[in-house]
Amino acid sequence: MSLTKKIVTWARIKSPWILHFNTGACNACDIELIAALTPRYDLERFGVILKGTPRHADILVCSGPVTKQIEDRLRRIYEQMPEPKFVVALGTCACSGGVFDGCYNVDSGIDKVIPVSAYIPGCPASPKALIDGVAKLLTSLEEKEETKKSGR
Amino acid sequence: MHDSKDFKIPIGPQHPALKEPEGFSVALKGEKILGVDIRLGYNHRGIEKAAEERTYVQDIYLIERVCGICSHSHSTCFVQAVEEIAGLAVPIRALYIRTIIAELERIHSHLLWLGVAGHEIGFDTLLMYSWRDREVVMDILAAITGNRVNYGMNTIGGVRRDIDAQQTEDILKALTILEERTKYYIEVATQETTIIKRLSGVGILSREDVLRLDAVGPTARASGVKRDVRADDPYAAYAELSFKVITDDHADVYGRTVVRVKELMESYKIIRQALKNLPAGPLTVRAPRKIPVGEAISRYEAPRGEDVHYVKSNGTEKPERVKIRAPTLANVQAVKHMLRDRYLADMPIVVAAIDPCFSCTDRMVALKEEDCARAKIINWQTLHAFSIEWYKQQGIDFTELNKKLQDKLKG
Repeated sequence: MSLTKKIVTWARIKSPWILHFNTGACNACDIELIAALTPRYDLERFGVILKGTPRHADILVCSGPVTKQIEDRLRRIYEQMPEPKFVVALGTCACSGGVFDGCYNVDSGIDKVIPVSAYIPGCPASPKALIDGVAKLLTSLEEKEETKKSGR
Repeated sequence: MHDSKDFKIPIGPQHPALKEPEGFSVALKGEKILGVDIRLGYNHRGIEKAAEERTYVQDIYLIERVCGICSHSHSTCFVQAVEEIAGLAVPIRALYIRTIIAELERIHSHLLWLGVAGHEIGFDTLLMYSWRDREVVMDILAAITGNRVNYGMNTIGGVRRDIDAQQTEDILKALTILEERTKYYIEVATQETTIIKRLSGVGILSREDVLRLDAVGPTARASGVKRDVRADDPYAAYAELSFKVITDDHADVYGRTVVRVKELMESYKIIRQALKNLPAGPLTVRAPRKIPVGEAISRYEAPRGEDVHYVKSNGTEKPERVKIRAPTLANVQAVKHMLRDRYLADMPIVVAAIDPCFSCTDRMVALKEEDCARAKIINWQTLHAFSIEWYKQQGIDFTELNKKLQDKLKG
């Protein structure tokens, strides 16, 4: 692994920028995500910053069961994100559809539309669960890099 | 609709200023807004239809998830309607507990709004302050109900959890902290020059317009319309509690801020009274699994305004029709009016000022444009004939198969 790549990986793990996208959620998970960024939980200490545009984001945090109306937009936003990109499904709805499973207008889960890297269940997923999920995702990235290294 | 020279910019469904996916199409002339088209529907999940396919008990938890901020409002409103149809006399203790949770929810929602409003005007310190204080309420709600949001407190005929002596003490302690902080926010809202200058005169909605456009909740009360279901048509335990309906006559975003922070003080007063007078007794009455035939409308003052639920039952364990009119749907028309001839830079705060909750509001929209004019309603027979023709055109002919089936049935 070249030095630049090493630095890039290190930077990526130390400052994962997230984009939040509500794919038809009831607002509970979205509010809990904002709560995780405010003083009590302070997700920013992991270098996490909420960004406004997909082009700046490393991680796409989706909440909600994906309504038919939002499906195309979700795909488009995912395509606009630069590689490597990760998707976090926040809340039970985003994981499996939750209570909305079987409704005529929902797709029951983010993974029906785009690939998902981490699932955070809960209705709503509490800020603690969110921090745990993000931390686990980052650790897995670190490990992946290390196994790659040892493989060489 | 607008001149072709005008500039039209789309905002949403994904936009940093919006917390929820909704589409705005803003027609601009320079910096001035000429008109706004609001496109709802990104959040539509089909809850009303789903409610018809689930039992009443399942519906409580489904309808709670109409909105994750005012979840108790929706579940209480639904449960009240079902109780009215079934003719259940809910124990007074349950009504008091519902009231306490409702007011705690109002506190968390208003503190949340204060932070969001601060964020929209670039005053992020206020966001961090008020959300830190909001965690105090969230802790209390989590201790009483077991969940931070979507409490699952209601059941048909009462509530599912009790408030014990220790919890009462904790609530009172939390209220003291919050009261002190709220006094500070009132001071900030009424004396801080930057807030006053940024918010006054923005998003004006006159008293006449409130009455004409049927705005509800703090949006209406900030224009001097004394409209509050808690006082006008008391439900739960509100008839036995004394509180003031806060109004303000600024009729702008500043007025809405003042109304909300002052309402916080009233909520503390209501909770204190309710805890003091909390009567002893059972938590629930036994509710039948099958609700008798009937229909009911239930009203509830959610943090954002009046919430209306209509339930029609047909004697089975599932409702025949559930209709939800969330407060944002009533207020969203006013937004359009408020934005006309205003600057584009005011848009985020004006939209935020009604405390919009689009997940409550979203519904199916059928667009009728010029090229859809040929659309017509056809009856079942025509549709049947049309489908046979359509399949024939695709090269699939069921005539033979149908004949065989008919013969078999006859034979």
